[in-house]
Amino acid sequence: MSHALKTSDETAEPALSPKAKAALSEGKKAERRLGLLLCAPAILIMAAVAGWPILYSLWLSLQRYDLKFPDRTEFVGLDNYVTVLTNPYWWNAMWVTVLITVVSVAVELVLGMALALIMHRTLVGRGIVRTSTLIPYGIVTVVAAFSWRYAWTPGTGYLAETVAGGDPVLTEKIPAIMVVTLAEIWKTTPFMALLLMAGLALVPDDLLKAAAMDGASAWQRFTKVMVPVMKPAILVALLFRTLDAFRIFDNLFVLTAGSQGTSSVSMLTYNNLIKGLNLGIGSTMSVLIFIAVAIIAFVFVKLFGTAAPGGDGGGRR
Amino acid sequence: MRGKGHRLAAAGSAALIATSVLAGCGSGDGGITINVYKYPQENFQKIVDRCNDQADGYEIVYHKLPREADGQREQLVRRLAAEDDGMDVLALDVTWTAELAKAGWIKEFTGRAKSEVEDGTLETPLETARYEGKLYGAPDNTNVQLLWYREDLLEGLGVQPPKTWDEMIDIGSRLEADGNDKTPGLVQATGKQYEGLVVLYNTLVSTAGGHILDEDGTRAVVDDGAVKALEVLKEFATSDVVDPSFSNAVEDDARLAMEGGKAAFMLNWPYVYAAAQKVESLAPNLKWAPYPSIDGGAANVTVGGINYGVSSFSRHPDESFDAVLCLRSAENQKFAAINDGVPPTIEAVYDDPEMAEPYPMKDAILETLKNASVRPRTPAYQNVSTVISTILSPPANIDPQRTAERLRAELQDALDSKGVLP
Repeated sequence: MSHALKTSDETAEPALSPKAKAALSEGKKAERRLGLLLCAPAILIMAAVAGWPILYSLWLSLQRYDLKFPDRTEFVGLDNYVTVLTNPYWWNAMWVTVLITVVSVAVELVLGMALALIMHRTLVGRGIVRTSTLIPYGIVTVVAAFSWRYAWTPGTGYLAETVAGGDPVLTEKIPAIMVVTLAEIWKTTPFMALLLMAGLALVPDDLLKAAAMDGASAWQRFTKVMVPVMKPAILVALLFRTLDAFRIFDNLFVLTAGSQGTSSVSMLTYNNLIKGLNLGIGSTMSVLIFIAVAIIAFVFVKLFGTAAPGGDGGGRR
Repeated sequence: MRGKGHRLAAAGSAALIATSVLAGCGSGDGGITINVYKYPQENFQKIVDRCNDQADGYEIVYHKLPREADGQREQLVRRLAAEDDGMDVLALDVTWTAELAKAGWIKEFTGRAKSEVEDGTLETPLETARYEGKLYGAPDNTNVQLLWYREDLLEGLGVQPPKTWDEMIDIGSRLEADGNDKTPGLVQATGKQYEGLVVLYNTLVSTAGGHILDEDGTRAVVDDGAVKALEVLKEFATSDVVDPSFSNAVEDDARLAMEGGKAAFMLNWPYVYAAAQKVESLAPNLKWAPYPSIDGGAANVTVGGINYGVSSFSRHPDESFDAVLCLRSAENQKFAAINDGVPPTIEAVYDDPEMAEPYPMKDAILETLKNASVRPRTPAYQNVSTVISTILSPPANIDPQRTAERLRAELQDALDSKGVLP
């Protein structure tokens, strides 16, 4: 995968391969069979709970299938894709989703990095600082979203009265999207900070001291030493958050329920699938979301060289 | 194959179902349980108890649905799609009849059940329970909006309550011109992007003699009357008597503004009367009149309310129909009207002397009901409603001709289950 990974593989190969070849004895084969056998249940369950629904929704997306009109069910090929991809509501939802994703992840990265540095360097009350930072992430999203909703509701909400001057911000498109993004940032910055803090732990103190000795300023030490060392951690954090943000649903469901054109793609899918009972169009949308998520993951893993979680340390340098 | 999958999904969906099924099997005398699913209604359990006292061989159990109509519908249709046999009697919003009937999820009323439901029930609510000429529901309660006004303010100007929208706007501006803070002359109505806006628009359309869909509910017409309704709505939304937060107001916002002394007029359901009795400054001055029309005739107000349906998957249909007849009996409708404020659907109940005190506006309701209109009848009503409320919101941005064209195109897509639901 990544450049770093390749080199480590190449260097490891000559030492390992003769041993591995020689070791494919009966005992090793049996061990491998046992390994596969032990994995099998997990693979079967994954296929049942993840694979089958994906295939089924692919199949549904090729049909005109509306629970309200059971007698009109028929195979329509790619018609549903044409319908969805030429629909302004879908594209509006796509732009809203992309906007929320890009803005919230970018802000979270900056804030999360600042928080991580603070948590990393805190000398007094380290436990309390870390715990209190994590509170927003610990609150159930729907509960937090409700408190945001009330806060932005004129009459009862302190934010609506003080910040917005009594305007119903959640009923206008752009302000509502801003509020949703803000709620998203508030909720998941701690998660970002947590992942980045793990990355910070990778930075050897000696390296920073050496850089300081060479006359690097604090900013230079951050950009030239810490960030490059932390790169894998940063990319993993970005990947996780981007995928998460792209699927935004719960915050939006509580705050605006998608009215005034604030639907995300997930919200729109829910509306068509669950509310509209249109399995054909709804499944088409979920397949499209699945593809979009796959593309995001692909871009991160292939182009930016993000290590897969649990992979062998990606690039440790 | 598919049915099996759905049943599996149903099995996993809620422990609630499991408990209700278990309760059904386990009741000691081997009796039958009839599970009634209804929105949270304060004194409904008492009605259930009364019916259980008379019930022969079964027991009714009341299960509460979510408070909001969308949530109620979602839970019901999901479980019906899964052919869940744990639900017997369903309290359905009047707009869902066509959808559930077309999908084959609710049973037709025939024989004794049919004749008993039709006997003495007001025609408009009954109409909401019919689809393609068959009866699929038993009207439990009905609802129509009235024009509520502040008598003191109108007396100050020396005018009668308005008969048309123009008059209402005119009186509003005169109150405003007259004005100090106490007489802002504002008109309260439900203009948020939700069902309330659809109700408002549907009333205007049928008052203007127009149609949104054709009779069969298969084609979007949006005729001249519907365009006229768009004009009236736009004019109202851009007039200076409308509340600035009109485009965000639901029923309760309108009620609270009225109770807070900010409004002279309000278009709202009768429930506001009971609530206003607790507000000392408003109670003696809050009066009602028929809903304003467009040209001075009678307005065709959109009818709301609840019908009981019987699930097609119920294992005890006979007992379910029997339970429905008891739950909506004249006696119980009167009880619900007096204790929970919901207008009855059986005409004779309105004449009961006990109704006079809690329901002083009962004659206005009865009269309005006779001219009331029903919302478009189609299995795709949910989609139709979503499309209308999306396109009309905010009402101040309506451009009558262009908005009508958009309505026509997107409603047709929704009816053909081709379009994307916003």
